[in-house]
Amino acid sequence: MQLKLALPKGRLLDKTAALLETAGMGFAGYHEGSRSYRLRGDRFPHLQAKVFHEKDIPVQVAVGNYDLGICGLDWIEELTVRYPQSDLVKVQDLEYGNGDLYMAASKASGISSAQELGTRQGSWRLASEYPNLAEAFALKLRLSRFVVFPVWGAAEVYPPESADLALISQPAADRLSDYGLVPLAPILSTRAFLIANRNSWEAKDMAEVLDLLCHCRMDVGRAESQPASAADVPRPPAPEEMAEDAVWLALPDGHQQAPTIRLLSGSGLKIQGYSPLSADRRPTVDLAGVRVKVIRPQDMPLQVANGNFDLAITGRDWLMDHLCRFPSSPVKEVLDLEFARVKVVAVVSKELPVDDVSGLRELVRDGRGLRVASEYVNIADKYARDNHLSPYKVIPTWGASEAFLPEDADLLIENTETGRTLAQHNLKIIDTLFESSSCLISTASSLEHPAKRGRISSIIDMVRSPAALSL
Amino acid sequence: MRKSSGMRVERCKGSRDLLPQDMARFRRLEAVFRDCCLSRGYEEIRTPVLEYLHLFTTAGTLTPDMLGRVYSFLDWDGWSGERVVLRPDGTIPTARLYVDNLAEQDLAKLFYVENVFSFEETGQETRERWQCGAELIGGTRPVADVELISLAMEVLSKLGIEAVEIRLSHAGVIKALLSALELSSQERSEILNQVLEGNVGALAQIKPQAPEAQRALSLFFDLAGRSSAFMKNLKSLSGAALPGLGPGLDDFIGIAQMLDSLGYSYQADLASGRDFEYYTGLIFQLFVGGAKVGGGGRYDDLIPLVGGRSIPASGFALYAHQLMDLLGTEDLPARRRILVKAESGGAQELRSCFDIAGRLREARCVAELDLGGRREADFRWVLSVRAEAAPLLLSDRVAGERFEIASAAEVLKILDERCN
Repeated sequence: MQLKLALPKGRLLDKTAALLETAGMGFAGYHEGSRSYRLRGDRFPHLQAKVFHEKDIPVQVAVGNYDLGICGLDWIEELTVRYPQSDLVKVQDLEYGNGDLYMAASKASGISSAQELGTRQGSWRLASEYPNLAEAFALKLRLSRFVVFPVWGAAEVYPPESADLALISQPAADRLSDYGLVPLAPILSTRAFLIANRNSWEAKDMAEVLDLLCHCRMDVGRAESQPASAADVPRPPAPEEMAEDAVWLALPDGHQQAPTIRLLSGSGLKIQGYSPLSADRRPTVDLAGVRVKVIRPQDMPLQVANGNFDLAITGRDWLMDHLCRFPSSPVKEVLDLEFARVKVVAVVSKELPVDDVSGLRELVRDGRGLRVASEYVNIADKYARDNHLSPYKVIPTWGASEAFLPEDADLLIENTETGRTLAQHNLKIIDTLFESSSCLISTASSLEHPAKRGRISSIIDMVRSPAALSL
Repeated sequence: MRKSSGMRVERCKGSRDLLPQDMARFRRLEAVFRDCCLSRGYEEIRTPVLEYLHLFTTAGTLTPDMLGRVYSFLDWDGWSGERVVLRPDGTIPTARLYVDNLAEQDLAKLFYVENVFSFEETGQETRERWQCGAELIGGTRPVADVELISLAMEVLSKLGIEAVEIRLSHAGVIKALLSALELSSQERSEILNQVLEGNVGALAQIKPQAPEAQRALSLFFDLAGRSSAFMKNLKSLSGAALPGLGPGLDDFIGIAQMLDSLGYSYQADLASGRDFEYYTGLIFQLFVGGAKVGGGGRYDDLIPLVGGRSIPASGFALYAHQLMDLLGTEDLPARRRILVKAESGGAQELRSCFDIAGRLREARCVAELDLGGRREADFRWVLSVRAEAAPLLLSDRVAGERFEIASAAEVLKILDERCN
């Protein structure tokens, strides 16, 4: 009997690989830097594993695509707090990957306890990678008015200017003060968990694998060490940064960071502390009245729409995704920065007898639903709708999307530079939706703001200079 | 090209179709409810299905559990994170409507027939429910509370629903009890949470230090009364052991006395209080055969909570989805039904069919054109339109008679004679 196991990338990978190795269930391709997603062990030929972003694992197990999975309790709770009926069984605490989730506020806000939130007037803005847990927290505290900003990452840098509260995951509470935050309430202590699909648990004999995993967990757990503190301590917000009419610029982390650094150095904008080696999400710029934060490019359009930032360097793909969701959003592209060029494409498995979107349309006419996986949930939804691919479901993913085809999705909306990675995963492009590159985004209200527009246009001019764009 | 296989699309989980028979019952319920409200000077309103989530969080009157079941989402312009909801409740939007539009009125008597939405995880129960609600904003207590009970009872009586059980509780008394008990803050919040989730009986589990208080508590929650005398007895006993209960009990006694004098029988059972957080005074619930068919009460804090002035308010809702199942269809007012058919299907005959059917409808008949798919046997009256000297042939299929006639007026004359 086939048994399917969902394994995490990222922070739990090393420990999980060690656990599997100790249990005699090691998978050759399961290590940091590996490009293979589909794994098969020698000792258990009936055991298949696939590697996912940790956040995708509870969903994949709950919907029954996988019998077993390993992921953090935080992502399990993030799913079940919203969908308590999810078909998930928490099988075993694996005792590694410890961390804590806190609701935290900026020190500058003067708030020191969760109870104070309920007594203050006004609307609270909560930023988090865990929007469902954040909402449950707000409801439980009976906050009279609140909004939740779901973010892809870097929630800790949002308070106090871009959010009042952040629900963040930290190895230790004292790290919070490095960000200028105070913990208001512990939300959850997270650890790696072995989870099972409820139906598999009820009906499938998984005892052999469970025995091995559960007996080895102690050893791996004991080897837990505290993560080394970052060499470069992040800088908490200084009081003067709270100035009312500061111009806020958002710069990207991740893949777009290196080309952005090149662009900025060519433009003559001197930014200190903006480097992939730095944990500092608040670099400084040598322009008076301009403040910078480093956040995820995915989150920038929403943040600019809300006036938390006046300018941001992001990708057109994320701008489009935002506009598909919120067509009347005030965010617009003000300058094409022409780097990080990718195509956003529709992708299927090479095995699928389909060469274009009309072929795909034919294929779904038999009424079996199409599963569309994408990080660009709103672009994918619009693409499927506009192309009459009904009935379809969009499966949100958090990275490593190409691993979803063909077992766990039929169509993928993904970006690609050369198409080589897609081909390596036995996938083919059947349509190109649009070309994306980095761009500078803003809103009319920022561009026309009487106190800010001078500084904003000088930043745009510097970035627009041929010296910057040729780099 | 392959042909579409005509895929079957199912009804959304937890939703209910209302079929013609259901709608006949629904409309009858609605008509009786509207008529009773209008004849007491209440005015009909309809609030939008979509409201901001913060209306319900600001009102602070829905528990976290209820708010966790609200259908909420981001609208197409919701980039600010402001969520909208399918209204989970009829009263809070009515309070908002009052504050928005009618705030200068010292008395607003409003009613509505609206659907409310709340997630129910099994999908066995319907997630969309219809309510017939009445809200009385302003007005003096306790007569306003009694007026609402009498309105609800009038509707049920006119619908022919007998054996309605009225259960009364009082949020003012429960709240005063909670503060009189001097609980630790942890105990208090645990009890409060249980009570808010609907288990007022949890109060009876408290074991207070003082034995008098314990005995008093048991008298409050273990027994139910059948007249205002019960509340008076409680009041005489509570003075020393449970101070601060006076005003709540006086209000409760006033209402009960009025109900006594109007001849309503009821059960006064403090532990029956539901949605306790919502209410400030009387809470009443209506049961038929063990099923709750409606309820309401006083919520004097609600209008200020949604931004209005301090003005008392109370209201109730009847649960249409429960009541519909109690109504028969046989007593629905029958209208005379006639099938109108063209004998040969010629253009001239068809024109006459449309013409005559129109005239019959003006006289409140149900005149159906023959479109096929209907059996003549289902009609008592069948009217054939012909291209002959006597152009109309009316058949009475019950009496087995036929009439050759010339005009719609003659048809109506025969119908009147035969049907009365």
